[in-house]
Amino acid sequence: MPDQLTDAVILGGNRIPFGKAGGAYADASNQAMLTSTLDGLVARFGLAGERLGEVAAGAVLKHARDFNLTREAVLGSALAATTPAYDLQQACGTGLETVIQVANKIRLGQVDSGVAGGVDSASDAPIAVGEGLRKALLGASRARTPMARAKALAAVRPGDLAPETPRNAEPRTGLSMGEHQALTAREWGITREAQDELAAASHHQLAAAWDAGFFDDLATGFLRLSRDEGLRPETSVDKLAGLSPVFGKGEGATMTAGNSTPLSDGAALVLLGSPQWAAEHRLPALARFVDAEVAAVDYVSGDEGLLMAPAYAVPRLLARQGLTLDDIDRFEIHEAFASTVLATLAAWESEEFCTGRLGLDGPLGTVDRSRLNVHGSSLAAGHPFAATGGRIVATLAKMLHDLGPGSRGLISVCAAGGQGVVAILEGC
Amino acid sequence: MADLMQLLTTNPLAKQLGVPQATRLRRGRALPSGPVAAGAVGGGTLAVRTLELLGVPTRAALVDQPQTRVSETDGDGRTREVPEAYPGSIGALVVDATGATSIADLEVVRGLLRPAMKGLERSGRVVVLGVEPETAGAPTAVATQQALEGIVRSVGKELRGGATANLVRVDLLTAEPTSPAELASTFLFLLHGRSAYVSGQVLHVGHGARDPQAEEVLADRPFEGRVVVVTGAGRGIGAGIARTLARDGALVVAVDVPAGGQGLAEVANSIGGTALQLDITAADAGARIAAHVAQRFGGMGRIHAIVHNAGITRDKLLANTDEERWGSVLEVNLAAQIRINQVLLDADLPGGLDDGGRIVGVASTSGIAGNRGQANYAASKAGVIGLVRAMGADPRLAERGITVNAVAPGFIETEMTGRMPVATREVARRINSLQQGGRPVDVAETIGYLADPASSAVTGEVLRVCGQSQIGA
Repeated sequence: MPDQLTDAVILGGNRIPFGKAGGAYADASNQAMLTSTLDGLVARFGLAGERLGEVAAGAVLKHARDFNLTREAVLGSALAATTPAYDLQQACGTGLETVIQVANKIRLGQVDSGVAGGVDSASDAPIAVGEGLRKALLGASRARTPMARAKALAAVRPGDLAPETPRNAEPRTGLSMGEHQALTAREWGITREAQDELAAASHHQLAAAWDAGFFDDLATGFLRLSRDEGLRPETSVDKLAGLSPVFGKGEGATMTAGNSTPLSDGAALVLLGSPQWAAEHRLPALARFVDAEVAAVDYVSGDEGLLMAPAYAVPRLLARQGLTLDDIDRFEIHEAFASTVLATLAAWESEEFCTGRLGLDGPLGTVDRSRLNVHGSSLAAGHPFAATGGRIVATLAKMLHDLGPGSRGLISVCAAGGQGVVAILEGC
Repeated sequence: MADLMQLLTTNPLAKQLGVPQATRLRRGRALPSGPVAAGAVGGGTLAVRTLELLGVPTRAALVDQPQTRVSETDGDGRTREVPEAYPGSIGALVVDATGATSIADLEVVRGLLRPAMKGLERSGRVVVLGVEPETAGAPTAVATQQALEGIVRSVGKELRGGATANLVRVDLLTAEPTSPAELASTFLFLLHGRSAYVSGQVLHVGHGARDPQAEEVLADRPFEGRVVVVTGAGRGIGAGIARTLARDGALVVAVDVPAGGQGLAEVANSIGGTALQLDITAADAGARIAAHVAQRFGGMGRIHAIVHNAGITRDKLLANTDEERWGSVLEVNLAAQIRINQVLLDADLPGGLDDGGRIVGVASTSGIAGNRGQANYAASKAGVIGLVRAMGADPRLAERGITVNAVAPGFIETEMTGRMPVATREVARRINSLQQGGRPVDVAETIGYLADPASSAVTGEVLRVCGQSQIGA
């Protein structure tokens, strides 16, 4: 092992346009989407037949048969079959966590190159059988005689035949993510108007980026999509204001289908390497991976909001790097809900939160909104859970490269289970 | 319905009913299996010297004369005089008619051709070499050389079994005559299976900036280590071009619109190339291609050839054609490549077109003949022909050894033509001398020939890949 850490640099990425659940990718499996995304990446960088250090990816909604999803995608791709792969899962933080993992291995010199990211399909989600039926089937498979097998199966009751519907709910609270976020939005007094403004801006900025060809070397068409299916370039604050709330209750409910991310299908991957590997392959480095932090909060007791962990992770990361919010040129804060972004920004501006919760001397500071999600984010693009990290890392790396060497970008992704994954990149 | 038509035309009964039968064509980088017969009119030696350079063994061609004929008796006991026949079949007949200056010389051409008409193997070749008629001097000599075109085009229509006939015109009577090394790539292409779907054509081989080296002429993989850019490479003919040039050693930069990225990635990965997604009509398309090449292939990396294959159709009768349908076709099929060429021809631009580089456009028989409902498309493709002629005559490009040519495909079997109405498609397939549609690889091989480093003396040419289609002929 080398005495000195090497740099890990981001060389580019590839994603497929994100689809709406039940839309263009309704019949596409995670494996098909991930493989196609990987092939697009390989083609962009001319890596057919190459053995890379590793490929790390994951999916949040995952079939049992996909236990080796990423390795299967590698075997189905144009990469050398000798490229190792593994799955990793950290809810919506999956994509960014894989980037951290691969970057760390590169920094340690354990691998010289790697691909990181994720895939998710809300359309092709697994459906589990009820617990009664499952137990009975397992019992029957253990039975040694036909009689014992019949007896085990006889235990099945009609009610057991109904499948368990997949739910987007926290196991420990029974509340959906939206219901959790509605509590946070109310606590921070995030207005409906502010949420709709953020949502409209996300759509307009993402549409402008597509129009300008920004994604020409970040995305590859898949099936019939050449742009994100949920993108609404023509939406407006007025149009969004007409939607009814879907999360929260009564007068104070502010969260609508317009300012919450839709269920989505898609995949995104990032290519990383050591500077030496990049030079050998004549690939320009877009950004350097600087550092990352993961925080978790106790949302179960109600002590903190489910999606507020990034509000803790970012200040810790900035402190470790000796940076402030003003040192950041581009912020990529995942728009799980418009109110998640706004509550996070409000928390950093709050003296009470920053001194009481973070132990700082005063407010962390204000995020310059002109530096926030400048090419749109998940409200417009959609949010196939494990794919979001890869989308953001590649997008930010390209933005930083365009800004020039030394420019800094911050990524913040909230995740189920009260976790938050954040990272800093620096433009090359 | 398509299957029914196939059954009707391939059924053993069909032949007896007189339905034209398509021959399986010889393709690829392979010479005919039988010997190449060579003959000359008026003492021309360029053809033989070129075949020698290529290492192609020849035998003397038979010449049909009254005294060489033999008697043959048919089943009904009737006896007639027939030309002396080749023992077995020959793979090709090469006639050097560069010395033909009189009507009497044409009788020698007939004498050379006659035994070959029934003596050629399947997918055999007839190659006639002449000079540019306007350089031939006396009116009779000009007429004689022009007559060769009528002969070759007719022979193409008479040959069966996948055989082709083509006329090559060289500069011999000018200050800068064509050398055997300059003619070699053209001869090799016409003899090879690569020219399977090229017949009844007239090509001009002139004189380039420098003679090709022997190793260039004889290279099995002429593009080894050379960067070739192919636009519209994600599917159809473009994918065929990318694959064929990669087979011959090219480092392919496969370009297509982002929406076609899935197919593009598949093509690029299958040939170890790189995919470059861009809209060729974007103002910075040329600059982005150059930047990609400079980046991926280093400071010295330059483009050996660019193939402007990307194209679209927006068919409508002119009575129903608005400015959008008109403009988008002209923009993609013509204006974009003019802009890209301008950028890449900057000799100082990193990743630009190299000296000795090749530009190959894709025209269409529609651009020659016009087509109902395709005024916009025909305009763009005829425009490509004009562009190629103008650039081929540009002395500044000639000085740098850059050649500019185009292919004009006829009916090629692709996903797109597969969606044509059955009757229209069957007609299109049959109204050519080879009585079948071409394949994307046939267009690709012809592009490979034009882009070959050894084809330095071929410029300003538009070569039809149409099986000698009657459309626009």
